[in-house]
Amino acid sequence: MTVSMTKLDRRAFLVGVAAAGGGLSLGFQIPFGATSFGAGTARAADGAPEINAWIVIRPDDSVVIRIARSEMGQGTLTGLAQLVAEELECDWSKVTTEFPTPGQNVARKRVWGNFSTGGSRGIRESNEYVRKGGAAAREMLIQAAANEWKVPVGECSAANSVVTHKPSGKTATYGKLAEAAAKLDPPKEITLKDVKDWKVAGKGLKRLDTRDKLNGKLVYGIDIKLPGMLTAAIRDCPVNGGKVTSFDAAKVTGMRGVKKVVQVGDSAVAVVADSFWNAKTAVAALPIVWDNGPGGKVSSESIGAMLKEGLDADQAYVGNKAGDAKAALAGAAKTVEAVYAYPFQNHATMEPMNATALYTDDKCEVWAPTQNGEAALATVAEASGLPVGKCEVYKMMLGGGFGRRGRSDYIQQAVLIARQIPGTPVKLLWTREEDMTHCSYHPVTQCKLTGGFDAAGNLTALHMRISGQSIAASLAPQLLQNGMDPVTFQGLNPGGPEGAFGYNIPNLLIDHAMRNTHLVAGFWRGVNTNHNAIYVECFMDELAQASGQDPLEFRRKLLKPKHLAVLNAVAEKAGYGKPPQGRYHGIAQIMGFGSYVAACAEVSVDAKGVLKIHRIVAGTDPGTAVNPAQIERQVCGSFVYGLSAMLYGECTVKDGAIEQTNFDSYNVMRIDEMPQVEAVLVPSGGFWGGVGEPTIAVAAPAVLNAIFAATGKRIQTFPLMNHDLKSA
Amino acid sequence: MVSLNVNGKFYEADVDSRTPLLWALRDTIGLTGTKYGCGIAQCGACTVHIDGSASRSCSIPVSSVVGKEITTIEGLAPDGTLTKVQQAWLDNDVPQCGYCQSGMIMAVASLLKDKPKPTDADIDLVISNICRCGTYQQVREAIHAAANA
Ligand code: FES
Ligand code: FES
Repeated sequence: MTVSMTKLDRRAFLVGVAAAGGGLSLGFQIPFGATSFGAGTARAADGAPEINAWIVIRPDDSVVIRIARSEMGQGTLTGLAQLVAEELECDWSKVTTEFPTPGQNVARKRVWGNFSTGGSRGIRESNEYVRKGGAAAREMLIQAAANEWKVPVGECSAANSVVTHKPSGKTATYGKLAEAAAKLDPPKEITLKDVKDWKVAGKGLKRLDTRDKLNGKLVYGIDIKLPGMLTAAIRDCPVNGGKVTSFDAAKVTGMRGVKKVVQVGDSAVAVVADSFWNAKTAVAALPIVWDNGPGGKVSSESIGAMLKEGLDADQAYVGNKAGDAKAALAGAAKTVEAVYAYPFQNHATMEPMNATALYTDDKCEVWAPTQNGEAALATVAEASGLPVGKCEVYKMMLGGGFGRRGRSDYIQQAVLIARQIPGTPVKLLWTREEDMTHCSYHPVTQCKLTGGFDAAGNLTALHMRISGQSIAASLAPQLLQNGMDPVTFQGLNPGGPEGAFGYNIPNLLIDHAMRNTHLVAGFWRGVNTNHNAIYVECFMDELAQASGQDPLEFRRKLLKPKHLAVLNAVAEKAGYGKPPQGRYHGIAQIMGFGSYVAACAEVSVDAKGVLKIHRIVAGTDPGTAVNPAQIERQVCGSFVYGLSAMLYGECTVKDGAIEQTNFDSYNVMRIDEMPQVEAVLVPSGGFWGGVGEPTIAVAAPAVLNAIFAATGKRIQTFPLMNHDLKSA
Repeated sequence: MVSLNVNGKFYEADVDSRTPLLWALRDTIGLTGTKYGCGIAQCGACTVHIDGSASRSCSIPVSSVVGKEITTIEGLAPDGTLTKVQQAWLDNDVPQCGYCQSGMIMAVASLLKDKPKPTDADIDLVISNICRCGTYQQVREAIHAAANA
């Protein structure tokens, strides 16, 4: 299917983008030659020719590689550029990057494909077509040289941004050939290099975007400055689904710097002022009467009770099934049962949500940090009431994303404010407090696990019942399949890239009793693998213990080969089973986002119950490793995120509202708690797995299993700060 | 009107005297390298130097820094150059999103002034900045690299 975006009306675009944002790929064809876009050579803003949509080459030989995905720290910009550069055979030191805008993508029939950046999909989903873009451009540059020299193209080759004609020794740089190459048709056949021949990709190169992060020069969304710009601070109803009943603007209109008080949709009020501090001070002082709606009666306790009921409910969606687990459990020689629970988490990106909008009668422009530029554009069109062709989104650098910025709620608010002040750019910036209380939270779930052994001590049956929220039901209902949310089963699926369950158990039932709340559940780094890995991997330890087996030996009997290979690699590197005196090991594994991952944690717990996580060896098999140095950094970073949640993370609900409002009540890990992380990369080839998320899921269960080894305490509710690890 | 000495330049800032230094720097003076993360002295994203020592500018009213020397990330090194901390950050490829790193670098620069060769324990005690991307391991390596440079 080819989708011509220019012909779509706004509604169709919104629906299409919503689907893409949720993880489905809209069909599109990537053209690889400049001439594919119509008459004449397409040019960059500075006039340099495009060889194709991905590559601009300037006369001075510098190469601009276009990056469609958002960079939020995960390194996708550098990795994607390496893949293009590898095929292009260009000089890496001459590479710079730029982000095409979502509006340009629409105008050019989605030439850059999907902009959505989530699910660790940046490289694993687009590697093939960006490499083809690089390879096609290389062939065109070689052809241009052959044409000029009037020699057979087969006698020419390219390396390091230079085309050489071997027999004559003639050379020409890419900068000299670019104009002619841009006029050629792209090659019909494109063959990609074998991974083993890579020279730029596959190497642990430094990031391309570091320098301006060291001196304050990099402009994040929050930093944007436009002539005449005003700043807005907002208060949305503390209870999701509630509304504004009334507000008393007169009380604050005379305050310093205040320009305007505006209602935003039916649930929020914003103060627009000359500076953020003045806007924030006034909006805090603004009397607002809320109608909290039915959500106002909800509490953590009421949610907990609802989830508990789901653990034994008759109706549940089946995500994975083999044999007859219920019958096998009924006939088992021995059964083990446990109930776990995982709380709401906030993304708490360091940069709070923000967006800047400029609305006039015939145009609406937005500057925003977003993980999904096209969904943002669709939101701008919807909120401004203008056609997509009259809207534009400029993607700003993100101060963290972690899934939060795939949603465009803050962009919608910015446009709704700007519409009420036409011609004036308005920057909407959330306070940390607004950000903490208006998240799309990591879903809450509980899980009951029942395992059954035969008389010989073999695990013959497992029933895993998850009860809780569905992200798809909250944010992407188009993903539901006959009511079932397949995303719930990440890491638990019978097969497939989104996470195959690793254990061979003859009688298996994994099902989900969907129980939704008034709070929005969202994609949070690692998504459902966070709790799924804790549930499965901590329970596997319980089963090993119940049958008197070592946790690693127990898993070795049950795990599928690729899952086991990574676990074995970390066990070996960590010296599993032989920790230093006073320290204890715990292990965990899972597959998620296309990659197989495992961890071995080494911890100690002192007499006062103080936990120290000394070291974690982390393994990942992402199939293909594009930049090992950045993968190591993602492993470390994902552990900080996952362990912060395990140690401290919990958003609780009172009277329908989230109680934690800032880092004093929603604590996160600092450097003093950072364990030594050693990454073991074991790419087994032949597939492309994700990097930013997969490893997050194994940090917590590995540590929890090590805590059990150290203390005999099995932690089943989170965060850990609610528990006393002191030996009894 | 408040008079502020930032990076060796004097600015007349037309703000209420209770305005936190962070917002005078960002919105009035236009130096946006200093970041907002929490507003309550918890995260360190807003760290600047006041008379040479690391301070969290979100929780300091402008009235209290009149007559003091304020240095922001933009003023740490002369244009186009890097201090040894920034160089170590570059060499060790520390930043991910980078948002916390202005504050992190300012905090580390101040640590190294007090303790030129900090131990891991010194680092743990002094550096309490939040990095949600989780660059702590690279931050620690880069601190030692800068100390040994
Ligand atoms: S913004 Fe000042 S410490 Fe967080
Ligand atoms: S690098 Fe992103 S928050 Fe530290």
